[in-house]
Amino acid sequence: MRRIAAVAAAFLLAAPGLAPAQGKSAADGIAEYRKMLEDGNPADLFEARGEALWTQKRGPKNASLERCDLGRGPGVVKGAFVTLPRWFADTGRVQDLESRLLTCIETLQGIPADTIAKTGFGRDEQRNMEGLVAYVAAASRGLRFELPQAHAEERAMYELGKRAFFYRGGSHDFSCASCHGEEGKRIRLQDLPDLTKNPGDGIGFAAWPAYRVSSGELWGMQRRLNDCFRQQRFPFPGYASDVTIALAVYMGVNAKGAESIAPSIKR
Amino acid sequence: MSTRHTILATLALGGMVAGCAALVPGDALDARVDAMMKASFRDQGIARVDRLQQDLANEACSEALGRDLPEKLAKQVEAENMKTVKLPSDGRFLGDFKRGEAIAQSGRGMTWTDRSADPASNGGNCYNCHALAKAEISYGTIGPSLYNYGKLRGVTDPSSPAARPIVEYTWGKLWNTRAYNACSNMPRFGHLGLLNEQQLKDVMALLLDPRSPVNQ
Repeated sequence: MRRIAAVAAAFLLAAPGLAPAQGKSAADGIAEYRKMLEDGNPADLFEARGEALWTQKRGPKNASLERCDLGRGPGVVKGAFVTLPRWFADTGRVQDLESRLLTCIETLQGIPADTIAKTGFGRDEQRNMEGLVAYVAAASRGLRFELPQAHAEERAMYELGKRAFFYRGGSHDFSCASCHGEEGKRIRLQDLPDLTKNPGDGIGFAAWPAYRVSSGELWGMQRRLNDCFRQQRFPFPGYASDVTIALAVYMGVNAKGAESIAPSIKR
Repeated sequence: MSTRHTILATLALGGMVAGCAALVPGDALDARVDAMMKASFRDQGIARVDRLQQDLANEACSEALGRDLPEKLAKQVEAENMKTVKLPSDGRFLGDFKRGEAIAQSGRGMTWTDRSADPASNGGNCYNCHALAKAEISYGTIGPSLYNYGKLRGVTDPSSPAARPIVEYTWGKLWNTRAYNACSNMPRFGHLGLLNEQQLKDVMALLLDPRSPVNQ
């Protein structure tokens, strides 16, 4: 894995220099680099760990997650990811993948959801979450997003997500829309998807969870949003807090019809 | 949130409320937005929850959801922000363009992983959104290109009376961009204490000094 990261880093360093000479954009360079790694995406390792965790008996209740209901019935993993977040009658909440996994882990295995939510990214039970989100997302690879909007609370969360997306604050007056509200923009050389509509197959919402070459970790949407808010100079969003779920509903509904490539690979 | 109802009323009068937006009645949605923001965030390091409090400018531009503000409200926001602009205490507008370039390159500061909120430890983030010096090809496109900023505006001697209007405008724009454009995406560097007076002068020199790489 370390070697893959080193090769990737070398390529990235070379890419901007190559770009003008070959008439390629930075995006072309990055796409080519992703292509190179397609057969060796380290997300596969997280996916395999997640699959093992799904069937492993764990926690005070010594149970597996095989009866977990991700919205398509107990134990159904395939196709669930592209319909999340959605309304769950048993919790009376709209939940994204990670908040729903917390529910399953607490109710089936007896590990307190609150403790996991308070654990730092990349540590202890949060490392298990990395595997689980990779496994669940991978089971929907190639499928198209179609979040349900039939329940009133699903529609309300969409409206809340839209308001959160345009909410300006922090030390710099930024909102999500400052960077992701228009097509064809970039920060430095990084292309920015327009998340107010469907940005295309495998782009934006349809690319996460993803393996991050720069940190050697697998990031779920919760961690992706957390780091967005850090760069937005906002205070710290709670793990699986309502604002993160509302934003996921907003982005997910906007991405209707986009093909999921998650877990993908990012710089 | 006392200004919220006024803003919404103004937006409605401006004919801007989309026909299908009322899935949740306006007031109920506002209350839920407030509750959601309050419950979802916590203090971390220098990034505290008081950063979610909105002044008129941020409240109005948030609720417009990316659309333009009605003219009257835009003018009100711009007038309020214009009042905050402080000209340099010693009357000198330009510092060192080399230091300005370093500030423009740096995207540091004010996140919850940064130790200090002192402007001296902050960068200006300029290249994240703007093209400036030609040699820097890694620039963003959220803002307009500022390459040849001073040259294109005919600034040959920034201390001359002829250059004064553009020099003052540029200072004001860096201090508080929303004095000129109510919902500009740019941070209010002087007004919000992101860069200090000397740093602003250095960025001014980067933009306006004829010797600056921006004007080559």
